[in-house]
Amino acid sequence: MKKKFIILFLLLILPIKVFALIEVDITRGNLNPLPLAVSPLSIDNKSKKSFEKILKKENIGSEISTIVENNLRTSGLFNPLNKDAFLQAPEIANLKPRFEDWNLIKAQALITGKVTYVDEKLRVEFRLWDVLAAKEMMALAFTTVPNNWRRVGHIISDKVYERLTGEKGYFDTRIIYVAEEGPKTQRKKRLAIMDQDGANNKFLTLGNELVLTPRFNPTSQMVTYLSYFKNLPRVYLLDIETGTQEVVGDFPGMTFAPRFSPNGKKIIMSFAKDGKSDIYTMDLENRIVERITNHPSIDTSPSYSPNGKFIAFNSDRSGYQQIYIMKSDGKNVKRISFGNGIYGTPVWSPRGDLIAFTKLHKGKFYIGVMRTDGTGERLLTENYYQEAPSWSPNGRVLIFYRETKTNSKGEGFSAKLWSIDLTGYNERLVKTVTDASDPSWSSLLSN
Amino acid sequence: MNRSIIISSALHGILIFITAMSLPFLAKKPLDIPPIVSVELIQITEKTNIPFAPKAKKIIEKIKEKEKKLVSEQAPPKKVKKNKTKTVVALDQNSEIENQRPDAIPLPEKNVKKIKTKKEKKQNPDKVDEEVKQVSEFEKKELFDPTNIAALIDKSKVDSAEVVKKNDDITQDKDRSIENTGLTLSEEDALKAQIFGCWSIPLGLPYNEDLLVRIKLMLEPDGSVKKTEILDHARMNKPGQGFYKVLAESALRAVKLCQPLRVPTTGYERWKELQLNFDAREMLEG
Repeated sequence: MKKKFIILFLLLILPIKVFALIEVDITRGNLNPLPLAVSPLSIDNKSKKSFEKILKKENIGSEISTIVENNLRTSGLFNPLNKDAFLQAPEIANLKPRFEDWNLIKAQALITGKVTYVDEKLRVEFRLWDVLAAKEMMALAFTTVPNNWRRVGHIISDKVYERLTGEKGYFDTRIIYVAEEGPKTQRKKRLAIMDQDGANNKFLTLGNELVLTPRFNPTSQMVTYLSYFKNLPRVYLLDIETGTQEVVGDFPGMTFAPRFSPNGKKIIMSFAKDGKSDIYTMDLENRIVERITNHPSIDTSPSYSPNGKFIAFNSDRSGYQQIYIMKSDGKNVKRISFGNGIYGTPVWSPRGDLIAFTKLHKGKFYIGVMRTDGTGERLLTENYYQEAPSWSPNGRVLIFYRETKTNSKGEGFSAKLWSIDLTGYNERLVKTVTDASDPSWSSLLSN
Repeated sequence: MNRSIIISSALHGILIFITAMSLPFLAKKPLDIPPIVSVELIQITEKTNIPFAPKAKKIIEKIKEKEKKLVSEQAPPKKVKKNKTKTVVALDQNSEIENQRPDAIPLPEKNVKKIKTKKEKKQNPDKVDEEVKQVSEFEKKELFDPTNIAALIDKSKVDSAEVVKKNDDITQDKDRSIENTGLTLSEEDALKAQIFGCWSIPLGLPYNEDLLVRIKLMLEPDGSVKKTEILDHARMNKPGQGFYKVLAESALRAVKLCQPLRVPTTGYERWKELQLNFDAREMLEG
């Protein structure tokens, strides 16, 4: 008892020296693209010859790696290194990378792989390596018909993107848009679809009728668009996979921008009825139309939040066109844009955190984003005329169209698709066969 | 019953006694702030351009004046010069003192001998004066100790007294202050700036989630990384923690890319283990 008491006493009075671990908070980093090496996929001679016959491509391994490289570069988050600097041959790198060599050229990640021709099919194996940690991060294999080789490249890009950034990619996707040809006063407008990198372009309509505002269903490869039939607006549904098309309904004049609900079961749009332009939804199963807003002002461009609970739209109820949000039943209407200028075409991000918009201020058009409560407005790009932003499925990139000014002779007009990421620094022209407008980005095909 | 009440009251009494006696004693000690700390405070204000409060300015000026006085009050340079040279000689001659030398002062015997031979061969007063000039003001202040006046007269006592005092200063006071403060601001800034450049933030991470990666590093004296350990490693392989894994991997890449880290040239013991907290929310939120 005494001993215990003495020990307790000593413990109380003796000063205890504490060695605290030094902590350093790292709250900043660089936003430079991550340097990575995309080694050409190795291929044996027999497979090489087989693919040369089928696909008319000399080295399909190099072709696939080029797709991966281009995709990662256009994202703005990666800096694929020049292949001339590579010290290790693809055949050897695929077996066991010599990390010192890749470290020497400052690569932080490495993609290697192998292409083989198996049972008349294309088999692609690929591996992602962490060069600094000298370890494998991911290894996957795909088997498909040889004609699908471009998609394999996009899927590999998505997997690498997801593994290194933490969010899903957007490369294995398609873009539907309105292809335009001819002089400005007599434009021939056709519905067209292409891969997100501009390849595999296809025209879906003949151009006899005016087509407007195609929009992808977020859950499938279904598209809704507006077309004028005998000068009356008509909303169509088009299945990209099967090519079947159906009329959803004829609507009164000044119908705008039909868009799917997040679950793809409803269409939301605005049209004029009883002398007022309001927002309506239509259930695609029973074709019942429901009025959402009822206000003497002009309410247009509705867009659902990803959870389907809210709708963003623009309205001139305050005097000028501004962005509002409301519950999906039309209650609790709240204005969220308060900046100078006119705001329009709000589109809710698939991530749910931002709303993209077009803004007109002092004769200039801007594409910008703001939080869903209207705070944190950021203007990403400015030009003479640009509008209709559409989100990539991961909510990282916006695609929109931009028109150039005609000169005094009425020449020089063009409409092109452009993309910009959320940083505002990575703006790129999206290659299209013809002039283009009204783009809409699909969800991931491999979902 | 009575016995337990007595024991209880006795224990309570002891506790009250300890609280009354020990705690104020412990609390007082950290008030002995070494002058180095005050120098650092001045640097921060200069950087941040925050104007001094007039009262604080007066106090600091008074302290500075006091410090100047202390320097001016020290023994005349000639005397110090003699002491200094003799001290070095004594280190070599007196084996007892040399044995008492603590580990914290790495002074190899060879070096001591070299100095000794120099002093013995070259008794040029001008050169010795230069040595004295090189001693910092802080060190000069320490050279003079009123309690060791006797030692100034008795040369043998000077030797022992001065060595003991110097050892005390370096191993205890300095160590204690550094241990309490961790890295100095400039050291921390240098390390942060280096890692900022190496860390490629994965831009796809959500900014509104609790994503903080803590990595413990074991370092070599040259700043190269001996071992890394993610403190919340179990979270890496949990389902639904993909973002955490991506962040942790990017942090590890940053550490590997940055090595050797810009660590202080001295005080290895205090920073041989470091914890880096990687938090990208501020950057991702924009």
